[in-house]
Amino acid sequence: MKRLLLSFFALLAGSSGAADFDYGLKAQPLAADVYAFIGKSEDFTLANGGNIVNSGFIVAPEGVIVIDSGPSRRYGEQMRQAIAGVTARPTRLVVNTHHHPDHFLGNQAFAGLPIGALPATSQGIAADGNAFAENLFRLTGDWMKGTEVVVPNRPLSAGITEIAGRRLRLIALDGHTGADLAVYDEASGVLFAGDLVFNGRAPTTPHADLGHWLAALDRLEALTREPGFTILVPGHGAPSSDATPIRRTRAWLLWLAGSLRAAAEAGLDMNEVLARPLPPEFADLPVAASEYRRSVGHLFPAIEQAVLAGKP
Amino acid sequence: MKFPLSVAAIALAALMPAAEAAALQDGGDPLASARWADMAKTLLAGQPLLFDPRVKVLAPSVAENPMQVPVTVDATALPGVQEVVVFADFNPIVQVLRFFPEGASAFLGFRVKLQQSTPVRAAVRTADGVWHVGGVWVNTVGGGCTAPSAAAGSTEWQQRLNEVSGRQWSEGPNAGRLRLRIVHPMDTGLIAGTPAFHLEEITLTDAAGQRLMRVQPYEPVSENPVFTLHRAGTAGPVEARGRDNNGNAFVARIAP
Repeated sequence: MKRLLLSFFALLAGSSGAADFDYGLKAQPLAADVYAFIGKSEDFTLANGGNIVNSGFIVAPEGVIVIDSGPSRRYGEQMRQAIAGVTARPTRLVVNTHHHPDHFLGNQAFAGLPIGALPATSQGIAADGNAFAENLFRLTGDWMKGTEVVVPNRPLSAGITEIAGRRLRLIALDGHTGADLAVYDEASGVLFAGDLVFNGRAPTTPHADLGHWLAALDRLEALTREPGFTILVPGHGAPSSDATPIRRTRAWLLWLAGSLRAAAEAGLDMNEVLARPLPPEFADLPVAASEYRRSVGHLFPAIEQAVLAGKP
Repeated sequence: MKFPLSVAAIALAALMPAAEAAALQDGGDPLASARWADMAKTLLAGQPLLFDPRVKVLAPSVAENPMQVPVTVDATALPGVQEVVVFADFNPIVQVLRFFPEGASAFLGFRVKLQQSTPVRAAVRTADGVWHVGGVWVNTVGGGCTAPSAAAGSTEWQQRLNEVSGRQWSEGPNAGRLRLRIVHPMDTGLIAGTPAFHLEEITLTDAAGQRLMRVQPYEPVSENPVFTLHRAGTAGPVEARGRDNNGNAFVARIAP
């Protein structure tokens, strides 16, 4: 009975959350002046409103640096409110780590401010942003109300740069998408890895190049061995004080690449590839079954083509 | 009697195990599609038909990418298959492809573009003239037929049009399998300014000159089509020959 009551209240809480479209964003302190908003390890749903992503911010001497702006205008606005609860300093820069919608559709809340991204990320947002937004409307409904695409207005490039009085190391990588920016805060040793790293959730692959992604993971893992490193913030899932999420992301990608190649070599048709069971090591990984199916659709055609053409 | 069995169905039922015979019916569409009556009339006009579990259509219940929905038709449980028509009730272009297994099994894997959620069906004509129908519902976000092909974004495909890559498997669990891919934009003609441009005939012949299969793709077959089939007959190279609706022809040899 107690359990029943509890689940009843959970249901009430869930429904009221959806009714007033409150993401319940809580700034989680990671290090001095560094915070993250940690999303759920789920797919996009009407219940979670797209709060399945991590974003964060750094309170620099001369203002705030925001890393990713979330899946909707409402998220961006609520994020801005939550930041205001921590510091009165103005936002100096919003960084979009890559061109996937859950990382930039909150840009509207920061319109008029510098919004930075790698050039290919800005191009991707300009080209595909509206289609991505439509898809999120379909998946999360009114949470998305009033959301429009705001394309980044400030090109970023790799290297050490000082923003608002804080030294950031911008690391330009690719593999999850055509352009993935990781941000390393030199003062705190916090690494915002974007969607190159997933923790406790199967990675998504709609624009992935697995070879490039694996190379990017090697670069990030090397960074975690630097003496100043303290915390890794993945694009999805809990922050970590070591490289475990990098190794788990790598294990999934290696398995995916190897198993799709083996399937193509064995002559399997796409339906047969979809029907293959997950190996036991990934059986308990959240959304593994659905992400595997998506990844077959994204990645198998090219792998199959290489095998049919006799290419490595 | 709400769903009277046709003479053909009764005759077939007599030859089948009880459970399968019970599944045979020719009255109500098991997929409960509002378009079924139209489908039966336009595609299988006036001929005897029955829903038959021996016609297996495999496709994901939720298709992630409406441009590349994998479909596998397996009618190998039926004797004497002459022709197979694959169609999708709610697609703007209903017919997906036809194939005529001759020296090959009545089995074909391929991918299709779907515009919205729809039944995907195969109607299989046996030597007695009866159409056996199987199918599944595929749910999809849609837009597969009115999204531009990847080829529309570049001209690279023009140099590779009708390029065939293929492979045969002679051992292991998939011995006898043949897979081939043909470079073709397969434009549906539903996008303004891009006329329908698609493969319309592919024949596969073994080294002894025995025809293995004839495939007639229509617009909904996915860009750069990939086909999976099971060959029989003489082991050895297979010749793939075909053309599109603009008369571009190809011949390719798939090594054993």
